[in-house]
This record gives sequence, C-alpha cells and structure tokens, in this order.
Amino acid sequence: MIPASFEYYRPDNIAAALAVLEEHGDDARVIAGGHSLIPMMKLRMADVPHLIDLQDVKDLRGIKVAGGTVTIGAMVTQAELISSQDIAQAAPIMHEAALQIADPQVRYMGTVGGNIANGDPGNDLPGLMQCLDATLTVVGPNGERDIAAREFYEAAYMTAREDDEILTKVSFAATEGGYAYEKQKRKIGDYATAAASVLLTKEGSTVSTASIAMTNLSDVPVFSEEAGAALQGSSCDTDAVKAAVAAMLEDIEPNEDNRGPVEFKRHVAGVILSRAIERAWSRA
Amino acid sequence: MTKHHIKLKVNGTEHDVLAEPRELLIHTLREQLDLKGPHVGCETSHCGACTVDLDGKSVKACTMFTVQAAGTDITTIEGIGTPDAMHVLQEAFREHHGLQCGFCTPGMITRAYRLLQENPTPTEEDVRFGIAGNLCRCTGYQNIVKSVMAAASELNTAKEAAQ
Ligand SMILES: Cc1cc2nc3c(=O)[nH]c(=O)nc-3n(C[C@H](O)[C@H](O)[C@H](O)COP(=O)(O)OP(=O)(O)OC[C@H]3O[C@@H](n4cnc5c(N)ncnc54)[C@H](O)[C@@H]3O)c2cc1C
Ligand code: FES
Ligand code: FES
Repeated sequence: MIPASFEYYRPDNIAAALAVLEEHGDDARVIAGGHSLIPMMKLRMADVPHLIDLQDVKDLRGIKVAGGTVTIGAMVTQAELISSQDIAQAAPIMHEAALQIADPQVRYMGTVGGNIANGDPGNDLPGLMQCLDATLTVVGPNGERDIAAREFYEAAYMTAREDDEILTKVSFAATEGGYAYEKQKRKIGDYATAAASVLLTKEGSTVSTASIAMTNLSDVPVFSEEAGAALQGSSCDTDAVKAAVAAMLEDIEPNEDNRGPVEFKRHVAGVILSRAIERAWSRA
Repeated sequence: MTKHHIKLKVNGTEHDVLAEPRELLIHTLREQLDLKGPHVGCETSHCGACTVDLDGKSVKACTMFTVQAAGTDITTIEGIGTPDAMHVLQEAFREHHGLQCGFCTPGMITRAYRLLQENPTPTEEDVRFGIAGNLCRCTGYQNIVKSVMAAASELNTAKEAAQ
C-alpha cells in the first residue's frame, strides 16, 4: 500500500511549520508519530499533498511539572509518558492509560499531541484529557490560544483546532486522590470497546470530588458531569456506583461496529465504569 | 515529486539512498538495500513482521516514510547476528523452538533485542507485554516467550561471568 505523492518538509521551529501550513492551506498537514496518519494515507483516505514533519521542532518536546501544573509538549511520545517518573508521580492515571494504548512499537512513535489532535473517537487520551480538565494550547497565524479539552471535540475527526493551527502542548493540574483508567479491548493493541477515566478525592469516608470521562462510546469523548455528581457526597457504595453508571449511560451514544452492537457496548461501558470507580476508590 | 537524498546508517554501514517522500522505510530496506530480513506481513501497522531497531526504538518499518528516518541509525535482523555468528536470541529461538514457519521471527527477535536492552531481567509477563506488537500465527507464543526468557538468562549469566 503506497500513499499518493506528496512534498515533504522538515522545519525545526514552529514559525516555519506554520508558514508551510499557511501557504498550502487545506493541502498541508503536520505529521507527528504518523501512526494514525500514515495508515490513513496508505488507504488513501487522507490526501496530503504537503506533509510537514514536526520531529525536529524542539519546542514541542518535554514534560514539565511545576507549581502543581503538569505540562506536556505535543511531540512527547506515548513511550516517554510511560517511562517518565514525573508523570508516574504527578498524574499516575496518565501512566496507567499510556500502558493501555496500542502496542510497544506504536508507542515509541505515537505522540501525545497526535493522539489528542487526531479526533478519532477510539483514541484514549482525549477522554483522559477531559477527565483531567486539561487545557490544550494551539498556535496559528493569529498567535496562541487555549482551548479546554472539554470543549475541543465537535464530531469524529472534527475539533476546535483550525486547519492552520498546531497543537503545542497540554497542561493540567497534578492529580490527587484515587485514579483509574480501565479499558476493555478485544486484544492488546486494539482500540477500546469502552474505556473509562476516573479521578476521585475522599474526605473522611465520602467522595468529595469525582471526574468521569468515557472513550469510544460516541463520536466524541464523553465527559459525564452527572456521573461524577452521582458519586459526590456518597460513600461510594453500590447504590452510588449504580447511579453513576446510570447517569453515564444517559450521556453516551455508541454506534454498532465490529466491536459489537449498541446493547453490548452499553453493557461493557457499565462494567468498565464500575470497575474503574472501584479501583479509583480503593486508591483514594 | 522530487526525490530526496537520504542518509541512513544501516547495520553499521552509511548509505545514501534516493527516494520519493512517499517511499516507506520497509521498501527502501528490502528493495534498495536488499535486506530481506524485515518482512512485509500486514502492511497495516498491526503484525510487527517489519520491525527494525531505529535509534534505540522498535519501529514498524511499514509505518514510517524513509525521509522521516533520515539521519537515523537502524539495525535489522541481519545486523543482530549472522548464520556464522548468531546472537544469543537467535540461538535461543533455535534451541527452544521459538519459530515454526519463521515469518514473524525477524520482527520478533528484533523487538526482543530492544526489550532486553531496556529490561535485562524481564518476567514472563513483561515479555508478553513487550512483544504484544508482534503477531505469530504458528507457535501460540509459548515457545517464543520461553526463547526470550532463556536468552535473557543466558545474557545475564554471561554478564556476571564477565564481571
Ligand atoms: C496498530 C495500532 C494500534 C493503535 N491502538 C491505539 C489505542 O489503543 N489507543 C489509542 O489511543 N491510539 C491507538 N493507536 C493510534 C496511535 O496512538 C497514534 O499514534 C495516535 O493516534 C496519533 O499520534 P501520532 O503522533 O502518531 O499522530 P499522526 O499520525 O502523526 O497524526 C494524527 C493526526 O493528528 C494531526 N496532528 C498530529 N500532531 C499534531 C499537532 N501537534 N498539532 C496539530 N495536529 C497534529 C495530524 O495532522 C493527523 O491529522 C493505534 C495505532 C496503531 C497503528
Ligand atoms: S507489515 Fe508492518 S506491521 Fe505488519
Ligand atoms: S512462526 Fe509462523 S508466524 Fe510465527
């Protein structure tokens, strides 16, 4: 499978990358790890006459934890997430999620920015970003702007990022309390049939805050405010977990595909969320 | 489209290849450099038969354009060992029946090579997790895992003896 021809650019700074995007408009696209884009180009589902490789842009790299804020450059790979002590300490949920993305070869290449900007409902990091209430920073011809991850996804492959903008970094508050990233997949290396990101904090024996987001159960990741609210103030007992699952099921809209019919996916979503809440609570 | 001159170091030798940007690394290795070790299995980034070692990472060579690899240092199965001087992993695969048809083997060993550099004392579970990007249609993986574990302990014994 050979993609259509294209011109290749390899700028070493953001301004130069933006200049190519501006010159070629819709005909240009950036490539990060290439592990979503190249398969699409091979299938000729993506036509990219001008391909801009971001691998030499140093400003897009690096993981930083300072003043309680975690900042991750768009070109940080999924493998780097796993080996980062900073991530393991400041956002262990991200470490747990990264271990469940794809397979080792994909994770050496696949980036945080590519996973988040792609807009594929199957990607694991978008739901996690919503759970973390992350801020996504993009830069374009009119400068830099911040977009809340919870506002970023509009439809499958459609995001609030304009075509001439580059995602530069994501940032979020270091997490506290219990956490879990739970994913049901057909085999290692598969996208989720359903996945859940859960963050919980505890005061005494009750839940003080809860944040819940689901993956691959709609055209976009689903942050379920109601599911979190159902846990707040409870002792995370069976009834509260059931109420959270019921609230989450109101918010998802899975489609039938080769991972199963709608009823099955709704069932799996419930099981996965219950498990994620239990594990997060046991760690809170 | 303009072809690019691309410098690659492959198995210790510098090469200057000429390729269109859309040429995939697997095709440059197999067709231009005549390295037939890395195989084309699925062509869809799933099977790992095309795995090569690139700047210390295991990479599916069917999912990288050769231009992206410009300036990198690549090792293929041919660079890991030869029939006359086999790598411990290759010996272990032979000894423990880590292959049947052998189609997945170059990718499997190339991946295991990197895995053992990163984690010289893996558990069986670490090995299974670490080779999850490589599919085998014959062995059922049991003997592959056994081979990698045997190679790890062999390498560690050799290291201890050297100390
Ligand atoms: C076999 C296989 C299994 C996989 N399994 C999973 C899985 O289980 N979970 C999962 O989440 N993912 C999975 N993936 C996808 C993988 O994680 C991709 O690497 C990821 O989705 C995209 O990251 P990338 O760096 O490879 O981006 P690319 O493929 O380079 O880019 C993807 C898209 O994002 C755009 N883009 C990239 N970077 C930026 C940026 N900085 N600014 C603006 N736009 C940008 C590109 O233009 C392109 O449209 C799998 C992939 C494969 C091949
Ligand atoms: S041929 Fe590259 S992963 Fe199968
Ligand atoms: S030995 Fe035949 S595919 Fe693995």
